Amino acid sequence: MILINEKEFPFSPDLTIAKLAAIHKPAADIFILNGFPVSSDTTLNDGDSCSLIQKGIVPLPSEMDALLSSRHTPGIQNIIRNSSIAILGLGGLGSAVAGAMAKIGIGKMLLSDYDVVEPSNLNRQQYFVDQIGMKKTVALKENLLRMSPSVSLKLIDEQLTGPRLPKLFSNVDVLIECFDDPVMKAVTLRSILTEMQNIAYVGSSGMAGFGDNNTILTRMLRPGVFIVGDNVSAASPGMGLMAPRVGIAAHHQANQALRILLDTDLKRK
Amino acid sequence: MKPYTNTMNITLNGDNKLLRDISSVADLLKSLDLPPESVVVELNTTIITPDSYNSAILAENDQVEIIRFVGGG
Repeated sequence: MILINEKEFPFSPDLTIAKLAAIHKPAADIFILNGFPVSSDTTLNDGDSCSLIQKGIVPLPSEMDALLSSRHTPGIQNIIRNSSIAILGLGGLGSAVAGAMAKIGIGKMLLSDYDVVEPSNLNRQQYFVDQIGMKKTVALKENLLRMSPSVSLKLIDEQLTGPRLPKLFSNVDVLIECFDDPVMKAVTLRSILTEMQNIAYVGSSGMAGFGDNNTILTRMLRPGVFIVGDNVSAASPGMGLMAPRVGIAAHHQANQALRILLDTDLKRK
Repeated sequence: MKPYTNTMNITLNGDNKLLRDISSVADLLKSLDLPPESVVVELNTTIITPDSYNSAILAENDQVEIIRFVGGG
């Protein structure tokens, strides 16, 4: 059999992807076979998974999901699709983590920030010039839905305090701490260690400037509890936060969250 | 006259450390020049909150973990 957007159809020999498209989606002009683009005359094998796309037309959520499933493999995508994360702080780290997780098809994200997009944010944060003055939660939602139209987003537009954390975030699979303020970073880790003992955590400390790439590390404090950064590079005059190195740290965080979801690294006990 | 010094050995982040004239977690953080609110302190597997740094008294052979956060995100 052949899968088209994860639906089963009978296989016949000498079937090309163009013939398949002529039957099921004549307007298709992009042909994806087992997660990768192919030419229209590509012959199909029994068991292949195909997606048929029309340029300029946004694929349906089911088509997007089928694309991700064939790209990532269905077993992995099933886990990602059914996972939820919280991102605390939507600055240089949080906005980039959110983009990475949206692109891989995460099921649900809780996005928390109380700030608006400022001109000074644009050297590193995943917002656009025409979003200056918008709430970061609202602006990021707008951007994420262009990446992944079916992601479920819950916006938490408030300045968080320690006591609020377990009330808001005790139902996510991974909490990703992306605050700017070191005091809130510490508050969050204390809360994770004392009040949210089942929630996996990926925190951050030290990613300012343009220092060595390879000093940004992901360290495990204990199973399911990780901190990303170089531990020392605080944002300060002369050593500002910049997109390249903040991006390294953000994608450490995103990949660590994914590793936890996929059980590649230890979960909390 | 030699001034009296009170010493003790603790394990700090996995390493032995000799402390002089330090009795509380607050003293320890001050001696290490660490901002009290930006660190997470674990004393013998218990997390100590900042409001308890003064009253958390250290003893010989205590196991102390300090995780320091710097700003930026």
